[in-house]
Amino acid sequence: MRFIQAVAIVLSIGWLAACSSTGDKKTGDAAVVEDRSGDAGMDAATGDATATAVGGYSDLTIDSLTDPSSPVSQRVIYFEFDSSEVAEQDREFVAAHAAILAANPNLKVSIEGHGDERGAREYNIGLGEKRAQSVRRMMEFQGVLSSQMTTVSYGEEKPAVEGHDESAWSMNRRVELVYVAY
Amino acid sequence: MKTIWITLLGVCLYLPGWLQAALTIEITQGVEGAVPIAVVPFAAPNGRQPPQDVAGIIAADLARSGRFAPVPEQNLIAQPVDTSQVRFQDWRTLGVENLVIGSLETVAGNEYRIQFRLFDVLRGRQITGYSMPAKSEQLRYVAHRISDIIYEQLTGEPGAFATHIAYVISDSKNGNKEYQLQLADSDGYNPKTLLTSRQPLMSPAWSPDGRQLAYVSFEKKGRAAIFVQAIHTGKREEIVSFAGINGAPSWSPDGRSMAITLSRDGNPEIYSLRLSDKKLKRLTTGAAIDTEPVWSPDGRSIVFTSDRGGSPQLYRMPSQGGRAQRITFEGNYNASADFSADGKSLAMVHGQDGHYQIAVLDLDSGLLRVLSDGRLDESPSFAPNGSMIIYATETGHRGVLAAVSSDGRFHQQFSLSEGNVREPVWSPFVTRK
Repeated sequence: MRFIQAVAIVLSIGWLAACSSTGDKKTGDAAVVEDRSGDAGMDAATGDATATAVGGYSDLTIDSLTDPSSPVSQRVIYFEFDSSEVAEQDREFVAAHAAILAANPNLKVSIEGHGDERGAREYNIGLGEKRAQSVRRMMEFQGVLSSQMTTVSYGEEKPAVEGHDESAWSMNRRVELVYVAY
Repeated sequence: MKTIWITLLGVCLYLPGWLQAALTIEITQGVEGAVPIAVVPFAAPNGRQPPQDVAGIIAADLARSGRFAPVPEQNLIAQPVDTSQVRFQDWRTLGVENLVIGSLETVAGNEYRIQFRLFDVLRGRQITGYSMPAKSEQLRYVAHRISDIIYEQLTGEPGAFATHIAYVISDSKNGNKEYQLQLADSDGYNPKTLLTSRQPLMSPAWSPDGRQLAYVSFEKKGRAAIFVQAIHTGKREEIVSFAGINGAPSWSPDGRSMAITLSRDGNPEIYSLRLSDKKLKRLTTGAAIDTEPVWSPDGRSIVFTSDRGGSPQLYRMPSQGGRAQRITFEGNYNASADFSADGKSLAMVHGQDGHYQIAVLDLDSGLLRVLSDGRLDESPSFAPNGSMIIYATETGHRGVLAAVSSDGRFHQQFSLSEGNVREPVWSPFVTRK
């Protein structure tokens, strides 16, 4: 079951990659692809601000996600204590992922929020969700369809680093982008 | 920290191998003013060793309450088993105020009859005496019931020894994380696993009748859901699983509704869910995190955590929703509230200067008292008689459970042989036959 799912993800990412690299030139080849890129284009064009943001990452493709030299090969954003604000230096990173998602409306992402171990567990679930929502809102602003994104918060339940000091905590206050295809 | 280690009558020595994963209790801070009491070992049936040390269980219960100081077994000057053998003068000399004696008789194969008597040593008379049947597997429970009777007779308040605690344990097995929802007696014995999952389990909450537990499970990958599970049958039902948060379940006192946190409308908000038809009513609004609802025992209001004022603090609103009033003002972090059964106090996680400790707020006076001294204490839960608060803490980077008397004088720790234990919730009184 899990294997099939994995294969499906790999296949569909491969298929999407093919679409994005060929779709621009070959018109009429695949109606589905035409439709979707049309949607994405319209979405991206609805706001002036978004058009520029997406424009800056036009060279990014789905292949960039697995290219270690690309900014989008990184999937984690970190947060300050008790804060769900995306730091200034991470905004470009979010925008780069948004550009890929906006250009590939078939691609879906699970935005997973996490927190450090301090304080109350359900409050930390709330905090993780707020972090995920911050990223989601930025991406929505940049033309990503809301149907492409889901959020989930694990709070302090799934730490990236087991540890009980600031060096571990700072690695655990994070949002992870997990690409999925359905 | 003043640490007095008292070995509790060697109860651990009686543990058979399969029970060694049980929680054992260490009393980490003694109490002045605890009332001396003698609990004499109960007469055994036909000289045979009974399966449980009933007197030992009773003495341990009374010691755990912080209100009593049982005389160590080796200091007992006599071991009377019936009234005619009791010489009050001897016990007065020892400074003992109360005396408990008793016996076990075999009725059939594994069926016993337990008798006990509680004496007022100073007045030289019996206060109460009972005779009760028990199968061997019920002996611990019956011992806790006897502790409840003694506690109530001597303090005027109901005992809460014959109750349960539920909690979550996580452990790594063969490189995989495993989460378990467990149930144990109030002293940590007889742990039973109610659910095992590879994905996080969270936020257990007792139904008011003590027959069901609600909890959060991430077993559906990438999505949280709230389940309700019947304790005796193990039958479970998914209650909600929307996109985003499905968390922080809390039953209304009448058991008909549940307050929960959902983010399906885009932000963590509190909703009440009518269990009969799953009808949802949203109770909070705004851009802040609103979560961790708990109902007041009279059902009229809900206390919750919100960061609407900039940092997490506790607020109170009518249980139908409406204007919320902030009720915590000390410290920059107050969350995870639990009401005492009389509705007069709230236990909470209180953060100050980077330390997270358990505090109790007296709602009438507004007085806040910090009761624990850990660094990362969390998840406080009142005993149903309000006498103690159980919570999660850490020692040696392992999650363990601890308890403190609600006056803050008496501390103890439950230690597990393995795993990280957390999120303890004390059961309500189970309706007695």
